[in-house]
This record gives sequence, structure tokens and C-alpha cells, in this order.
Amino acid sequence: MNTLPKWVEYGLLPAVNLAVAFLVAGLVVLMIGENPLEAVRLIVYGAFGYGEGIGFTLYYATNFIFTGLAVAVAFHASQFNIGGEGQAYVGGLGAGLVCLALDRYLSWWTILPFAMLGGALFGCVWGAIPGWLQARRGAHVVITTIMFNYIAASMMSYLIVNHLKVQGDASVQSRTFEADARLPHLEGLMGLFGQDIGGAPLNIMFLIALVAAVLVWVLIWRTKLGYEIRVFGANPDAARYAGISATRIIVTVMALSGALAGLMALNPVMGEQNRIFLDIPGGAGFVGIAVALMGRAHPVGIVLAALLFGVLYQGGAELAFDMPKISRDMVVLIQGLAILFAGALEYMFRPAMVRIFARKKGGAAWT
Amino acid sequence: MDLSLFHDLLQVLDATLRISAPLLLAALAGVFSERAGIFDIGLEGKLLVSAFAAAAVAAVTGSVWLGLGSGILASVALALVHGFACITHRGNQIVSGVAINFIASGITALLGQAWFSQGGRTPQLTGSARFEDITLPFAEAIAAVPVIGPIYADVLSGHKLLVYVAFLAAPLTWWVLYRTRFGMRLRAVGENPAAVDTAGISVAWMRYRAVICTGILCGLAGAYLSTAQNAGFIREMSAGKGYIALAAMIFAKWRPIPTMFACLLFGLLDALAIRYQGFEFPLIGTIPSQATAVLPYVLTVILLAGFIGRAVAPKAGGVPYVKER
Repeated sequence: MNTLPKWVEYGLLPAVNLAVAFLVAGLVVLMIGENPLEAVRLIVYGAFGYGEGIGFTLYYATNFIFTGLAVAVAFHASQFNIGGEGQAYVGGLGAGLVCLALDRYLSWWTILPFAMLGGALFGCVWGAIPGWLQARRGAHVVITTIMFNYIAASMMSYLIVNHLKVQGDASVQSRTFEADARLPHLEGLMGLFGQDIGGAPLNIMFLIALVAAVLVWVLIWRTKLGYEIRVFGANPDAARYAGISATRIIVTVMALSGALAGLMALNPVMGEQNRIFLDIPGGAGFVGIAVALMGRAHPVGIVLAALLFGVLYQGGAELAFDMPKISRDMVVLIQGLAILFAGALEYMFRPAMVRIFARKKGGAAWT
Repeated sequence: MDLSLFHDLLQVLDATLRISAPLLLAALAGVFSERAGIFDIGLEGKLLVSAFAAAAVAAVTGSVWLGLGSGILASVALALVHGFACITHRGNQIVSGVAINFIASGITALLGQAWFSQGGRTPQLTGSARFEDITLPFAEAIAAVPVIGPIYADVLSGHKLLVYVAFLAAPLTWWVLYRTRFGMRLRAVGENPAAVDTAGISVAWMRYRAVICTGILCGLAGAYLSTAQNAGFIREMSAGKGYIALAAMIFAKWRPIPTMFACLLFGLLDALAIRYQGFEFPLIGTIPSQATAVLPYVLTVILLAGFIGRAVAPKAGGVPYVKER
């Protein structure tokens, strides 16, 4: 394949793909009979116009950073983990159980490490099983992770309804954690920037998500394991000749992927709802797919793409409020279009780009 | 024989046929696509757009046939998007399938709310905007015959047209795939596209025709959900049926007739779960509804893992074809 200048490959091409996705979404808005530019204005205002909006935008972005990283880690070993939703859901159980067990004895900063361990461990197991089935039994990881999403949903609803639910309470959820198992919100930090986030549940998990992004970068590009993962992803046969065990790589990336997805659950479980509830991830596991594709599986790209989807989620809520004809499902549509154009159709505009940029610079000079 | 138990059994079997029909149509849709080497995890999305288009058009025009046609058109359109991405642009088939499911989920809810303002529902369908039950010939005449009569009159008779279409589609799919030139080529494109290419047949055009077949069958399945089984569209009404159909197809190892039995099995599980909800069984007590709901998925994972037989996908599945020069 012809090489393109880096800024075209990693900047212009994804931007063009994304622009086309938004263009199609804009046409749908026109079809509904609303003004797309007005819609964009409302979204941007909803997401950035006031402190609480910013708080919510970053809160949603936190979820998507974790799930985006989860999908990306597996991508590097050319494994497609569609099971982030299920892994995050089960991770929520792990983290929630820790909270339910410890919230009457310890304070938040001692509970947090255990909760992270619980969430990561449960998610890790839920990801590693399909990984193992792929590596040792040849069961396609895409299909098994889809199945595991449904299995997780049924299992969680059984556990919550039959075991965790408070007897005599109408709502289907566990008891609310004591104040000590709730993560501190970032009012103070945001205050430094002169923003009052009000009731937004932006919490310390946002900072942990950024740390996780850095750690994933270190892992993939600065460690031996990361190198092996990338070699395996680029060419499994070559990796095997080099003595890299396929089973070890596949199970490891799926376990890591599951653990990252599992960590995501801490954000809603301990940062917002403070209980174990139905549908903990709320679709964030799936958004992770779009985020990882748009971010080209690089942590910097993922943080930016997660921020964009945070904007869409928060701004979309605002939009639905001001333009009742456009419901929040607009975001799901944009998510689908982004996956289509940035993922499945990523090569559509490539030949044109090659024609423009490769000729100008004499082609092979860019490597 | 205990008469009430016999009556229960008939009811469960009747429900099984009703529940299996859309699964079967969608699973056969999957067979066409995957046998031609195009993985399709977007069955769910196609079901959903078809269900929406069928209900929306039927509601506005009052004609279930126009609804059915629109459902099929919508589903074929999405199938062609999948084809455009995977065949023409050699995109990742899984990614494209995921995209299609989200697009379908988003656009149906969005347009449903924008056009009908009922929280994403379409108006209730009545009269000619819905498929009617069909009474098979002589059903009343032989209903009185013991055993056979009730089976014919209560289980086999009295379904919507699309149920019969679904169960005819299974042998028809078998015939097309295994007894026609089109079918042989379709399967060849899924196993060894280079050989088909060498024979002077266009791999891309073959695969496009396969995804169009997929679109048509998914269209029928979706229209069944909203204009036959239910009286209108509800948000997310496909509720994972596309994935269960996918599971059934894999469970049946991509073969049409076994696919029918897999769908009947999954339909039976569902029918039993509905009939015996909260029922106290001796020794085991009540079976939680979640346990039966999850069974198709668990069975598929076990099968895929090779613990009961081996599921071997078409060889060229998921691989875009690059013509040699």
C-alpha cells in the first residue's frame, strides 16, 4: 500500500472520514425538518457552554476512554473485542461487591484500590474466557464476545433481581453505598479553571482514565509484551516463527481488554449511582468500538475521540431538550456512521489522497 | 393421556412456530451472505430497519403489502451498504456489521420519534395494515379427529402468511444453494473465490447478489415482527433476535435445513420459558427466566468451542477478495 505523509494518514484522512459521517447525519437532520447548523450549535453549547455541561461531557468521556482503550488493546493483536459492554457490566459487579463489603469500614481512598481490583478482575475474566476459547478452541472471538454480552446481561439481571435487590424496595438495584464508597467529584479541580460543575458526576476516575491511557501507550510501544502484541497483530505467522505464543498473546490482550472495560464501571457505579444497577455500562462498551476506530487505536486519538463522543452524549441530551423532534438516538446514529466511515470505509478516500499527496512529494520519499 | 398436558403441549408448539419464524428468516439470510464469504453480524440492524419501514408505511398507507415491500427495500438498502463497504472497498466485515446495527438502532428510533411523536413507536396497526391469521383448508373439519385434528387445527393452522413463507424458505434455500448453478457459484465464492474468478465469473457481482438475498430475507423477518407478530413498531423491537439467528446459523454449521431445526429449538426454549414462567417444578423449583433466555447463547459458545461437534465457517469468510493482476 502506498505510504502517505503522517499528517495525512493520521490527521486528514480520519478527519475527512469523520466529516462525511457528520455530513450524512446532517442530511438526516434536514430530512426531519430541522436546521443542522442550529443542531450543532445546541450540541456545542450543551457540552461546553456552562460548567455543569462540561462536567457531564468529561464524565461521559471517562467511560469512553476506558472502553476505547479496551477495544484498542485487542486491536493491536488483531483481535476484535465486541464484548466491552458485557465486560464492563460484570466489572461493575466486581467493583460494586467490594463497595458493598467495605463501605462501612474503610474510607474511599482505601476502598478505591480494592474496587479497581474487583472491577478489573471481573472484567478480565469475562474477556479472557472468549480469548482462551479463540486461542485454544478456535471459537471466533467476535461471536463469543457478542454471546458473552447477552450472557452477562442475563446473569446480572438475575443477580440483581434475586440477590442484590433490597427486599421490599420497588426499584431493581442494590442498596446505596455509604458515603465512604463514593468517589470524590472534581469540583475543586474544575474550580481552578473557573468552572462550576454543579451536580455533574465528574469524578476522580477521569484522572485515572488519563493515567490508563498513558500506561496503555507505554505497554504497547515501550515494552517487550507490547512489541510482541504488535508483531502478532501485524503477522501471526511471523510471530509464531519468532517464538511468540499465540495463546499467550490472545489471552493476555483479551484479559487486559476486559480489565480496562471492567474499570470503566467504577465511573457510574462509584461516581454517579453509588449502587449496582441494571445496565451499568449503558452502551459505553459499544461506543468504545467507535472511539477506538476513530482514534486509530492510539491513546492520544482515543482520548480525543472519547471527548468527541462525550460532547455528543452531553450535547445530544441538550439537543433533545431544545429540538423535541431530534431524540438522543441521534448520537447512536452518529456513532454508527462514525464506525462505518472511520472503520469499514476507511479506505474509500485513500486512493484519492494517495493521488494528491504522493505525487506532489515524489511518493516513496515518505516512509 | 392427561388432556390438559396435551393442550399445554399444543399451545407451546403453536407458540414455537410463531417465535421461530422470524429467527428462521433472519438465519437463512445469514446463510446466504456467509456462504458467499461475507460475514454478517448486521442481521439485527436489518431486522430493525425493516420492521420500522414496514410498520411506518403500513400505518400511513393502510396496506400491509406496501409495508412489506418497504421493509424489504429498507433491509436490502442496508445490505447494499454492507456490500459496498465489504465487497467494493474491502472494508472489515465485522466493523461494517457493527456500524449497520448502530445506524439501524439510531435511525429507527430517531425517525420514529420525528414522524409519529409516540416515543419511537409507530401508530397501532389495524385491519388491512396487518397480516391476518390464515386458516389452512379443512382445519375445522378435522379438528374433531383425536390427536391429529388438534395438531393440524391448533398448531399448524392459524398462523400469519410469513410463518408459512419462513418454513418454505428453508427447503427453498437448500434447493437454491445445492441444486442450482447460482447456489453452487455462491458457495464456491465463499470457499475459493480465486477459482470462481478463474472460471470467468465476477466474484464481486456474485457476492452482491448474495447480500441482496440476505437483505430480502431479513426484510421479510423484520416485516413479520412489526406487521404480523405485533401491531406496530416499538423501539429496539428486534431485541437481539438477529444475534440469536446468527447463533442458530452457526449452531447449524451454515446449512439451511439444520438451521431450521436450530431455530425451532431456540423458539421452543423461548415458548417453554413463556409458558412455564414462575412455574414450580418438582425438585428444581422455579427456573429463572434469565436462565432460559441465555440458553441459545451458551449453547452457541459451547458449540463454537468444539465441545459438541465442530463449527467450520466457510473458508473465505471475512476475507475481502483481491483480484490478481
